[in-house]
Amino acid sequence: MSEKSFFLSSSIGKKISMGLTGLFLISFLIVHVSVNSCIFINDGGITFNAAAHFMATNPLIRLIEIGLFAGLILHIIFALLLTLENKKARPIGYEKINGSANSNWYSRSMGILGSLLLIFLVVHLAHFWIDTKIAVFTGKADKHNTFNEMKEVFSNWYIVALYLIGVGSLLFHILHGFQSAFQTLGLNHKKYTPIIKKIGLWFSIIVCLLFASMPVAIFTELIK
Amino acid sequence: MSQGNMNLTLKVWKQKNKNEKGRFETFDAKGISPDMSFLEMFDVVNEHLISSGKEPIAFDHDCREGICGMCSMYINGRPHGPKQGVTTCQLHMRSFKDGDTIVVEPWRSAAFPVIKDLAVDRSSFDRIMASGGFVSINTGNAKDANNILIPKYDADDAFNAAACIGCGACVAACKNSSAMLFVSAKVSQLALLPQGKIEKRDRVLNMVKQMDEEGFGNCTNTGACEAECPKSISLENIARMNREYLKASLT
Amino acid sequence: MASSSKINAKIPEGTLEEKWTKYRSTVHLVNPANKRSLEIIVVGSGLAGSSAAASLAEMGYKVKVFCFQDSPRRAHSIAAQGGINAAKNYQNDGDSVYRLFYDTIKGGDYRAREANVHRLAEVSSSIIDQCVAQGVPFAREYGGTLSNRSFGGTQVQRTFYAAGQTGQQLLLGAYSALQRQIGMGAVQLLARHEMMEVVKIDGKARGIIARDLVTGKLERHFGHAVLLCTGGYGNVFYLSTNAMGCNVTAAWKAHKNGAFFGNPCYTQIHPTCIPVSGDHQSKLTLMSESLRNDGRIWTSKKQDDTRKPNDIPEEERDYFLERRYPAFGNLVPRDVASRAAKERCDAGFGSGASKMAVYLDFTANTERYGKIEATKHNLHSPNKQEIIQLGKAVIKEKYGNLFDMYKQITGEDPYEVPMRIYPAVHYTMGGLWVDYNLMTTVPGLFALGEANFSDHGANRLGASALMQGLADGYFVIPYTIGDYLSEEIRTKVIPTDNEAFVVAEAKVQDHINKLMNIKGTKSVDYFHKRLGKIMWDKCGMARNKEGLLWAISEIKSLRQEFWSNVRVPGDANEFNSELEKASRVSDFLELGELMCIDALDRNESCGGHFREEYQTEEGEALRDDKKYAYVAAWEYKNESDYKLHKEELKYENIKIAQRSYK
Repeated sequence: MSEKSFFLSSSIGKKISMGLTGLFLISFLIVHVSVNSCIFINDGGITFNAAAHFMATNPLIRLIEIGLFAGLILHIIFALLLTLENKKARPIGYEKINGSANSNWYSRSMGILGSLLLIFLVVHLAHFWIDTKIAVFTGKADKHNTFNEMKEVFSNWYIVALYLIGVGSLLFHILHGFQSAFQTLGLNHKKYTPIIKKIGLWFSIIVCLLFASMPVAIFTELIK
Repeated sequence: MSQGNMNLTLKVWKQKNKNEKGRFETFDAKGISPDMSFLEMFDVVNEHLISSGKEPIAFDHDCREGICGMCSMYINGRPHGPKQGVTTCQLHMRSFKDGDTIVVEPWRSAAFPVIKDLAVDRSSFDRIMASGGFVSINTGNAKDANNILIPKYDADDAFNAAACIGCGACVAACKNSSAMLFVSAKVSQLALLPQGKIEKRDRVLNMVKQMDEEGFGNCTNTGACEAECPKSISLENIARMNREYLKASLT
Repeated sequence: MASSSKINAKIPEGTLEEKWTKYRSTVHLVNPANKRSLEIIVVGSGLAGSSAAASLAEMGYKVKVFCFQDSPRRAHSIAAQGGINAAKNYQNDGDSVYRLFYDTIKGGDYRAREANVHRLAEVSSSIIDQCVAQGVPFAREYGGTLSNRSFGGTQVQRTFYAAGQTGQQLLLGAYSALQRQIGMGAVQLLARHEMMEVVKIDGKARGIIARDLVTGKLERHFGHAVLLCTGGYGNVFYLSTNAMGCNVTAAWKAHKNGAFFGNPCYTQIHPTCIPVSGDHQSKLTLMSESLRNDGRIWTSKKQDDTRKPNDIPEEERDYFLERRYPAFGNLVPRDVASRAAKERCDAGFGSGASKMAVYLDFTANTERYGKIEATKHNLHSPNKQEIIQLGKAVIKEKYGNLFDMYKQITGEDPYEVPMRIYPAVHYTMGGLWVDYNLMTTVPGLFALGEANFSDHGANRLGASALMQGLADGYFVIPYTIGDYLSEEIRTKVIPTDNEAFVVAEAKVQDHINKLMNIKGTKSVDYFHKRLGKIMWDKCGMARNKEGLLWAISEIKSLRQEFWSNVRVPGDANEFNSELEKASRVSDFLELGELMCIDALDRNESCGGHFREEYQTEEGEALRDDKKYAYVAAWEYKNESDYKLHKEELKYENIKIAQRSYK
C-alpha cells in the first residue's frame, strides 16, 4: 500500500537498535566483571594479570573489542537521535509533573544516567585502557601490570568515589535497560516477563556490587 | 447535597487559540461538593465566570461516563488526575481535599496542538487509524459470524486491547509524548484475530510510519502510559507491535 | 382512518417476508461511473453515520462526514453498554426473524411499521457477520463461537455483546471502516463541525451550512443527498444518559425546512440508572440492562424504611417486578420496569436520601454462580464465604466495568451493598418521519438511526438501538438511496455561491448574531435546566392533560425569557462552547413544546408515552387502537404552529393485542 519505510529511520527501528546494542554492551559487562573478579583471589594480582593479558592480546577478543566500541558508539548515536526527537515531540512542557506516580525515576533518567556513565567511561578508559593499549602496541604487553595500576589508581579516595558514582549510574541504567531491551524486542509474556525482570534486577545488583567492591577493597587494602 | 463545602484554588492554562501564547490563570472554586465530578466542578466555576461577565474555561468533554475519550485534562501532574483507571469525567471531588490547589494543563505534545485553553487537537490519532487501523472488508462481504472460530483467550486479549478510548492520556503521560500504547492497542487487537492477520504486515508498517510522521516521540518503556491509561491497556501490546514491526521489516 | 395525502411511506408490495428481498432486486441502481460524480453529505458519525458513510464510499459515492466531536469515534453510540440483537438462533432456543420482528413490534406497543421492523429483523444477522469480519471482539465461548445473553422483553438469548462496551466496539468497527475510506480519499472528514442549516434548492435538499467549531467560520457544503445520522434528542430533559453534546439541532433545522417530525412524545426512560445526587448533576449514568439478567430489583415492604439494605430481611423485601410480572420478572421491557419503579417510589417505598431509588441486588445470583463454580472446581461442601467469593469473581468478569463505574460515581461498593437505581431519560423513539427508503418528507434528505422515528414504535427493546443504527447504515441506505439518486445522475454539482446557499448562510449568521447580542444575565445552562425540569415533571414518565397544557405555556414563556436574557460570552468567531450550547438549547426550547403538543394529542397510553388518564386498573398502559394506531407526523408551519399528519399503521401479520408480560 505505501512504500516501506526504512527500518532504522523509524521510531521502532531505532528503539530496537538501542535495545540490541544495549544487550550487547551488557554481555560485555559479564566478561569484564568476571575477569576483574580475579583480583578477589587475592594472590597479588597474578591470576588477574594473566587474564587481563589474555584479554588484551587475544586476536579474537581484539575483534570483538572493535565491535564493542562500534556498539557503544551506535548506542550513543541512537540515544542522541531519539532524545532529540523526544524533545521535539513536546515543545511546551508541563508546569507540574508527578512522574513518580506512574514510573520509576531511573526509567525516566536514562539519558542522564547514560551521560554520567559516558563521563565515567572516559575517565575509566584513561586510567586503564589507554595504558594497556600503549603497552600492547609498543610490545610491552608482557611487562604491563594492570593490577599494580589498579592499586595506584584506587589509592585516591576521590577516584574511588567517582567510580562508585559511575557504578551507581550503571546499576540504575541497566536496572531499567535490561528489561526494557526485552520489551523493545517484543519479548513480553505474562509468564516470562516477571522472570526477565527478576534476572535484570539481580544481574544489575550483583554485577554492580562486584564492580563497586573492587575499588573499595583495594582502597581499604583488603586486597593487596 | 447540591452545595458542598469544599473550596479550592485552580491554576489553569488559558490560551485563546492555536496561534496565541498561553499562560496560567488562577480561579477560585467555591462551594464544591465531594459528589461532583471534576468536570462538574469546572461547570460550577464556568457558571460563576459567566455570571460575572468573564469568559469560561474551554475544555473538551462529551459522554461524561468515561467511554468517549473526549475529556483530557492534565491534573496535578497526571493525565486524568490522581485516580487510576478513570477518566477526568469520572474523577470525583472526593479525591481532593478542601483547600487544595489544583494545577490543570492541556495534553502537551507537538502532535496535539492546543486549540483553546484545555482543548487540544487529536486528529493525528484519526490519521494513524486511517493509515491502517482496520480490516479491509467492504460491507456485504462477510460470511456467517460463527464460521470464524476464535479461541476465547485470543478474543479476550483482542477485546482488552480494543478497549482503548483514544483519549491520548498515554501520550500526555509519556515523557517523550510517545503514542506507542495507542497505536499498539489497535495493531494488537487486529493481529490477534484471524480477520486481521491477513493485512497485519502492511498495517503495522503503515501505522508506525504515520505515527512517526505525526511527530510523536519514542517509547523508552517507562510504563507511564500503562499506569495512566484509564482503560489499563497493557504494555504487552507495545511489545507485540515491536515484534510485528520487526517481523514485517525483516520479511 | 386513512393516512394523510402528504405522506407516503412507500412500503413495497408483496407479503411481509418478500417485501425487502423483492425491493432490493428491483430498486433503481446507479452505475459505478455515475456514483463517482454523486456527492453525499453525512451528518453525524455514530453507528448509523459511520456505517452509512463507509458503505456508500465503498460503493463509489463521494462522501463528506460531519461530526461536532473532535473525532468520529466519540459519537455517543460509543456509550451503549449491553449488546446488539440478531436473529441468529445460535443458542438453538427457537429464535427466528419472525420472533425478533414480533418481539420488536410487541415491545414497541404496536406503534411501529410492520415492514420496517421486519426488514430490520431480516438484516440483523448480516450485521453480526459484518462486525465480526471487521474484527469487532465480541464475547466468545470456550469453543470459539459467539456468546449471547438475554435482554428485556424477550424470552430467547439473541443479544451479542462485548463485555459492557458493546457500543464502543461496534462503533470502533464502523469508525475503522470509515477511517479506511478517509485514508483512501473516498470520504472527507470534517470533525468539530456542526450542521446549522439544511440548504434546499427547488424543494430538494442540496447541502448544508456548517459551523467550524474551532474558528467559528460558517461553511457551505453541497451534496446531491443529505443524510442526518444525528441521534436522539433526550437532552431536551437536560439530565439524561445522553452525552453532553447530543442535540436535536440538525433534525430540528430539517424539521423547520419541511421534514415532518414523527412521534416526538415517545421517550424511553431507562429503568436502571444511577440516581441523581444533587443539583450540580450534569448527566445521568446508565447501568446496563444486562445487569437485570443477574440482578433482582426490590424495595422494602415498609414505607419510608430507613434501614440499610443489608439489614432488611428477605421476607420484608418486595421483588415488585417478579411479583407483578411473573413470566418476564426482572426482564420486562424498559417502559414497564421504569413505571413500576416510579410507582413504588411515589408510594413511599423508595430508598436513599431522596427516596427516589430502588435496589438492584446481585446477592442471589452471586450465590448461585458461586455454587456452580464450586462444583466446577470440585470443591466439596464449601462454606458460604467461599461460595460468595467464587460468585463475585463470576459477576466481576461479566459486569466488572459497570460495578467499578458505579463505585466510582456513588462511592458505594456494589459487591457489598445492592446498587441503588432509578429511571432516567435514555432514548427517543420519535424522530424525523421517514418513508421505507429512510427519506424524510424533504426529497434528498434522509434520516438514519435514532434520528428517525421508524422502527421502535412507542418503546424500544434493549439492544435494538445498535441493531437499528447499523442496519440503516450498512444494509438499508446503500440500497434505498439508489431510488433517489438514480434520478439525480443528471444533476451537476451546484456551486455554493448559489442564492439558496447565500440565503441559508445569512439565516444562520443572523441566528448567531442574535444569540451573541442578547448579552443577558443568565447562562445557557440556567435555561436548559429549567426546560429539563418542566419536561421531566410534565412530559416524562407520566403525563396528563393539565400538566402538558401547563408545560406548553411554561416553555413558551421560558423561550421568550431565553431570547431576551441569555448570556453568551466570548466571540462568535472562535471556539465558543457557550455559543454551541445556546444554539442547541434554542432548538430544544422549540422541540420541547412540540413534544408536549404530541403527548397532549395522543389520548392513550402506549410504551414510553404514559398518560395517567389512560391506564388499566392494575396501572398498566391502556392503548386505544381504534383512534391512535397511527404515526403522528408533525409539519412545522410557524412558531408554536404545527399541523398533524397521520400515517395509519396497518397490522396485517400480527394480531394486535394488549401487551402482557405477566
